[in-house]
Amino acid sequence: MDRPESASSGQPERRPSVPEQQRGTDGPYLRVSDLRVRFDTEDGVVRAVDGVSFAVERGRTLGIVGESGSGKSVTSLAILGLHNAKRTAISGEISVGGRQLVGLPEEEVRRLRGRDMAMIFQDPLSALHPYYTVGRQIAEAYRVHHPRAGKREAKQRAVDMLGRVGIPQPARRFDQYPHEFSGGMRQRAMIAMALVNDPDLLIADEPTTALDVTVQAQILDLLADLQAEFHSAIILITHDLGVVSQVADDVLVMYGGRAVEQGGVEQVLRRPQHPYTWGLLSSVPSLHGDADADLVPIRGNPPSLINLPSGCAFHPRCRYADRNGDRSRTEVPELRPTGEEGHLAACHLSVDERTRLYRADIADVGVAR
Amino acid sequence: MNGTDDQPAAEVEPLLRVRGLSKHFPVRSGFRNRSLVRAVDGLDFDVRPGETLGLVGESGCGKTTTGRMLVRLLEPTSGTIEFDGRDITHAGRRELRPLRQNLQIIFQDPYASLNPRHTVGRIIAMPLQVNGIEPAGGTKARVRELLEIVGLNPEHYNRYPHEFSGGQRQRIGIARALALRPKLIVADEPVSALDVSIQAQVINLLRELQRDLGLAFVFIAHDLAVVRHFSQRVAVMYLGRIVEIGDRTDIYERPQHPYTRALLSAIPDVTKLGPAGRIRLAGDVPTPLDPPSGCRFRTRCWKAQDICATEEPALVPRSGGNQATACHFPESGPVGPDATGGPRGDGSVGASVEEVAR
Repeated sequence: MDRPESASSGQPERRPSVPEQQRGTDGPYLRVSDLRVRFDTEDGVVRAVDGVSFAVERGRTLGIVGESGSGKSVTSLAILGLHNAKRTAISGEISVGGRQLVGLPEEEVRRLRGRDMAMIFQDPLSALHPYYTVGRQIAEAYRVHHPRAGKREAKQRAVDMLGRVGIPQPARRFDQYPHEFSGGMRQRAMIAMALVNDPDLLIADEPTTALDVTVQAQILDLLADLQAEFHSAIILITHDLGVVSQVADDVLVMYGGRAVEQGGVEQVLRRPQHPYTWGLLSSVPSLHGDADADLVPIRGNPPSLINLPSGCAFHPRCRYADRNGDRSRTEVPELRPTGEEGHLAACHLSVDERTRLYRADIADVGVAR
Repeated sequence: MNGTDDQPAAEVEPLLRVRGLSKHFPVRSGFRNRSLVRAVDGLDFDVRPGETLGLVGESGCGKTTTGRMLVRLLEPTSGTIEFDGRDITHAGRRELRPLRQNLQIIFQDPYASLNPRHTVGRIIAMPLQVNGIEPAGGTKARVRELLEIVGLNPEHYNRYPHEFSGGQRQRIGIARALALRPKLIVADEPVSALDVSIQAQVINLLRELQRDLGLAFVFIAHDLAVVRHFSQRVAVMYLGRIVEIGDRTDIYERPQHPYTRALLSAIPDVTKLGPAGRIRLAGDVPTPLDPPSGCRFRTRCWKAQDICATEEPALVPRSGGNQATACHFPESGPVGPDATGGPRGDGSVGASVEEVAR
């Protein structure tokens, strides 16, 4: 009989809501400025990411929120240098631990990847190789960056990591294949692989989307525990605002390849300033409030990145697009301060008007309440 | 035949009555070693006309298998399904045909469930053709009407599925299910593949259809918040069994089964910032090949005692109401952010469950 959670029982039971700062007093570990990612396709140029800037400090978690095609996954692949270099044009700056990654030769990015920064994917079954044992894959990830480590040392390290992420009987599990793991255990194994080299930056792309809620809760707790222990910077990419509200310190809301709103988690989820964020909040079914009231969805569909609407990409779906005459259709709104420190929104409406509209139309609806 | 007329919504015979429904799949493990996966094991429930029963649970709990048995895409191993007063458990092909008009299904994947080589018009008209029905005013007019009902442009009947987005495709699937004017629709995770903003559109559409057409639904989903917005009654499944069933307010505000409480508290809530005080369930769902003896939830339950391993708790109503719970030690009281109803730090039980401090 499995005794799950046994490995994490030795860890702090409390999750500190704000991890105390230890190292990393010298500015953010990851700094992305004006990142642009373009692909040439037969149908035209896809501007998957179009001028996105953010920073993540050690010990903090940035949640990137958006629907399909918002550019959130492309952003993370670009940071890790996992895009197809032949087809992709990247500009802007990506600085990891003080090193500039854009323009760095592939060989050097590879040296950083897995050691200083690592990724957790949505689907562990396609990220783990079915032919090799789980343990072997984790040990290999270690040896790639520790060429002088012997086989035995790498194995010991892998077994330790499996135990660390809460996999029972790690020594026995080391020799099993991915198909012998359950979904939650596979996700743990992938987290173990990502953490085997103590990366300072961890990017998790929808890490719990394929999991059941009770297992999702375990994995989110695990990530928080590990973050408190290793003090890593985490980027969590998700479409689930509930997950964001629980684990993120900062939030970046993306739409059509651009940041439409960013700021602290409380600012963005409690005092949202962009109509798209309002729409997301009011369309999420909640566990509280009036279950018989209709949800308030965002009309229309997310745009295609090949054929983005002119001006503000959100204008065809925005209830308030007409309030500025033609401006929404003709002029791309800049990210501007909302008046609160660190809180930015890209909307043509004035802050006063947004505040008034939010109170009148949104604040009583759905989870925005 | 018009199934949507004259259905009084209250105090009537159930439209669907399920008793002891089971589905066991034989599996081969090793040489001549056959065993059974008890995917669904003895379900009892009713669905009244015009009502939605939400079936919730985690993967492997048997909710999809149940849905497929209800529309007879799978043959039940045992138990009975009565629809509209008739036993349809083992109805043959010919008997099934009129039945299928009243009983339709919407699938999860709007990409896989529409034939890419057929136009939308043909897809939606297919159930009419197969059943040899010529609607008054013609098939084309009916298709246009259906497209309009589900919020699509009626002029688009000549287009192909790939020209539509995910949410629009799900609307096409719904239009197809409505073509025969069914009384009951089994909806298997109809919104889980959709983006958040689109999800809300489709939920609102389903609610509207229920109001306007008096449809009954069996709504299968893993997302409890979605189920709450579309179901009058809710059944919570675990490892092939219903562990708790009741009216929506009972299940969401006064859940009695520890599993229901854990499930509810595991949902990340947008209205709360930071780590939630939640019941942390240990481990994964055990394999249905070899479910635990007695209560199937006991290996993950913080309240489990000796009796839970030896005696399977029956699904019985407590306090005489509509809510039935299969648990030897049901909980009481509300589930709230401060009263999660979880374990009280009594670590004496096998499954380690922690209540995470806020």
